[in-house]
Amino acid sequence: MLIKLVEHIDLNEAYAYLNSTDAGAVNLFVGTVRNQTKGKAVVQLDFEAYDAMAIKQMEHLANQAIRKWPLVNLAIIHAVGAKEPGTPVVVIGVASAHRDASFEACRFLIDELKKTVPIWKKEFYEDNSVWVNAHP
Amino acid sequence: MFYIQITVKVLLFGITREITGQSRLNVPAEAGITTVKGLKSWLGMQYPAMQTLTSLAVAVDSEYAQDDDLLNADHEIALIPPVSGG
Repeated sequence: MLIKLVEHIDLNEAYAYLNSTDAGAVNLFVGTVRNQTKGKAVVQLDFEAYDAMAIKQMEHLANQAIRKWPLVNLAIIHAVGAKEPGTPVVVIGVASAHRDASFEACRFLIDELKKTVPIWKKEFYEDNSVWVNAHP
Repeated sequence: MFYIQITVKVLLFGITREITGQSRLNVPAEAGITTVKGLKSWLGMQYPAMQTLTSLAVAVDSEYAQDDDLLNADHEIALIPPVSGG
């Protein structure tokens, strides 16, 4: 499996890594920067990670997915640093013999990543900035 | 039970880094911190803004820790404010 933090996400890399003659399905989820949150224009996002722990927690999720579904391979790639609207910031890719397993595992991985992997997003608007989810 | 007093070094990220103005914090031995729970209460007193966060977890050696877990000077300890990746 391929698990890493990068400055710039290359979608082709994830697909090239996952595509194989064993897999009848390759499911790719791409999370990108939206240009607004609750009606406020987002001009930039900053992603910060606790690298060592982020990798370890992503590995835990990958191992859970492998135990739960019959997968051929998977990739979890998250971007760090400053990102503009429209930029990909996370890619989850899952290859399996049949499509059900790859759809379900892909959904599981992105949902759990958002709950447990120590990566933080700061949104910059035209007049201020906030750490997303920090306050109720 | 007897605990040796230790200086706890804590890594800070995201909003906790901004609240403290530091990416590494040394909690002095005199604070008498021995557990995750103790560390959280000490931080809340030193930095009241920490108490306004949605949640605050502590990681020990890159794993989420429980309140009763003991802290050791050899551990890598970090504060994990609400995550927002993806």
